[in-house]
Amino acid sequence: MNNAYLYALTGIVLFTLGLYALIIYSHLLRKILAINIMASGVFLQLVALSTRARPLLDAVPHAMVITGIVVAVSATALALALMLRLRDASGSAELIEESTE
Amino acid sequence: MTLLQWAFDGLLGITLIWLAWRTLASADLFKAIVLFIAFGLLMSLAWVRLNAPDIALAEAAIGAGLTGALLLVALARLNVVAAQTGDIESNTKQISAPEDSARTTAVVGQGVSNKHNLFQYFLVLMLSAVAAGLAYAVLSLPSEAPGLSRDVAENLNVSGVSNPVTAVLLNFRGYDTLLEMAVLLLALLGVWSLNRLPEQYESSPGLVLDMLSRLLVPLLLLVAGYLLWVGSRAPGGAFQAGSVLAAAGVLLLLAGWRPAARFLGWPLRFALIIGLAVFVSVALLMMLPGGQLLQLPPAFAGALILLIETAATLSIGVTLAALFYGSRPRSEQIPPHHTGSGGENE
Repeated sequence: MNNAYLYALTGIVLFTLGLYALIIYSHLLRKILAINIMASGVFLQLVALSTRARPLLDAVPHAMVITGIVVAVSATALALALMLRLRDASGSAELIEESTE
Repeated sequence: MTLLQWAFDGLLGITLIWLAWRTLASADLFKAIVLFIAFGLLMSLAWVRLNAPDIALAEAAIGAGLTGALLLVALARLNVVAAQTGDIESNTKQISAPEDSARTTAVVGQGVSNKHNLFQYFLVLMLSAVAAGLAYAVLSLPSEAPGLSRDVAENLNVSGVSNPVTAVLLNFRGYDTLLEMAVLLLALLGVWSLNRLPEQYESSPGLVLDMLSRLLVPLLLLVAGYLLWVGSRAPGGAFQAGSVLAAAGVLLLLAGWRPAARFLGWPLRFALIIGLAVFVSVALLMMLPGGQLLQLPPAFAGALILLIETAATLSIGVTLAALFYGSRPRSEQIPPHHTGSGGENE
């Protein structure tokens, strides 16, 4: 048991918070923020658990997270472009609730 | 000392969770994005605490900096479009609190609101169960797991570099990085084919930003070069250098600078694909002497990695800056009614 578990648990909480926000908010920008927070949680947990290789440094999870950060920013940029396009087409960047009746 | 470390880590963890919660729950979208940038900066502090300085650099430059800039410019465009169409109602609705919409539902119909609340309680219950299960899984893992660290350490001397993270990124797991470059390029192609917004939303930057960009851009270029060079033996590398380069580009774009039209044709395309092109060429060339795809010979591995990284830095920097710019720059001045999809340009 070391400090890294603290970060692993923080990662789990971040992931769950993001998932909650992803489900309940209808505005797409909030959903994109929520996905980014979820990704941060996953990355944090992955690297925190890789410290169990001490005293050696497990570089593979580190490299995976760097790759993940770059992929996350690409996905965010594409998602934002899609959101703006949806806004142009439908006039709103929010998903319409179906259970209005 | 250990107590102090526990206190620091605990405080950092709680602050991260609190910031994430405020980001997701704040009523104002602009505030949410600013909080998200602060969250990214604290995340990079957490990476330092976890002994991962490479990730800390990438997170500070990309996670906090560029993602924040992308989100802010997207929010500005959302509001610009709303103002142009005079759609003030939906504009205010869009930045209004989710609590507000919940309240409106409560006014409209008590039954709907009850159902909504019931769903929220159920969701919180389910997600708590998920979190508890994940926490149990994490805490029940064996406390020692070397993973692939021994393999990396044993083969580091044939990788051509002495920074294990760079060795994994560009030699041992070069395939991942190759595909990642393709993902970046694909994202840009997606953004370019989707976006048809008018580009003139930016005005003159003002004296401060103008002076700041003059001072900062040369410094950013220097830092990018340093990060690229030092990546072979210390924290740094193509992604960190590329994102610093992109930051310089974003700053220039914000200050109103636009590349001359003659650079926007094939020179821009060349800069965008050179990273992937060099990577693929090297990977394929390795097959010629009877090797395998991406199998770098130890004698030349260092030089080849530097070559790939230099090309990748340029491509990553230009791609990320182009993602920030949003729409495909036109190499020639075409009148708006000739752009094919120029319906909204009027």
